[in-house]
Amino acid sequence: MKYKIIQLLTLSIIIFIISIFFIGLNKSSIYDTKNLEGQVLKDIKLDHFSENRLILDKDFKKNNFTLINFWASWCGPCLLEHPFLLKLNAEKNLKIFGVNFKDKKNNALSFLDKNGNPYDELAKDEFGKYSVSFGIYGIPESILINKNLVILKKFIGPLSNNDYNYIVNVLKTNEN
Amino acid sequence: MKTKIIIFFIILNFSIVNAKIFKVDESRIFKNIRCLICQGQSVSDSNSEFAQTIKLVVRDQITKGKSEKDIYKFLIEKYGDWIVYNPPLNKTNFLLWMIPYLVFLGGGLLIFFIVRKNKQN
Repeated sequence: MKYKIIQLLTLSIIIFIISIFFIGLNKSSIYDTKNLEGQVLKDIKLDHFSENRLILDKDFKKNNFTLINFWASWCGPCLLEHPFLLKLNAEKNLKIFGVNFKDKKNNALSFLDKNGNPYDELAKDEFGKYSVSFGIYGIPESILINKNLVILKKFIGPLSNNDYNYIVNVLKTNEN
Repeated sequence: MKTKIIIFFIILNFSIVNAKIFKVDESRIFKNIRCLICQGQSVSDSNSEFAQTIKLVVRDQITKGKSEKDIYKFLIEKYGDWIVYNPPLNKTNFLLWMIPYLVFLGGGLLIFFIVRKNKQN
């Protein structure tokens, strides 16, 4: 009886350890903030890029869908996603909101002059402090939200063709 | 007059003691926040863009009167449990927190029974 209990105990410990390894090793170890999807953005506070005013939650509630894009003129990968942003600018149901991140105003303006301006509205985050509220830890990053400020999708890194198609699809399915 | 001076110093003493108790130690917070874009470094050890931003945010929150717990809660809300080196107890890490206590309890019980058996013999 005693030996049976010891055997059973040893077996359950071994099964427990194997299952921990199995679950642990099958889990993705790449960190991202995609767990924010489904959450509601609140207490948004951003400085307007050219005007002396703050951009708050209510400014995002006017649009059916908003793509908040964090970018900077010094960011190489931002150039890669720029053509997709320009294409998305043609979409009726979507407002593209640019947040110029830790950048100089002149550099940002010449970047937009040179590569085109896809943004319907622009804000700046001079010290990167406001971006923490959006869970940003590197740029470029984009967040697709609806008018209730629910995060539908978080795009970490430059937008790709797949991301572009995803956004267009979301807009199409919610057209009516 | 003498009593007034004594009362004044007593109040002053309490204020100093309270200020020490409620002062939030920013360096302790920096040490407990992981730099998400670094290799095994805390925000305190790193000088990366991300670490610099987080330091500014933490200082802002301290100035606003937020407690250490509030600051961790805010950061966890935005970046998940991974941002802190000492994550709070929740349903995903429940076992991780509980296993040491269970093992400790189990070991204690085992020793207790062995000792009792030896005494009986």
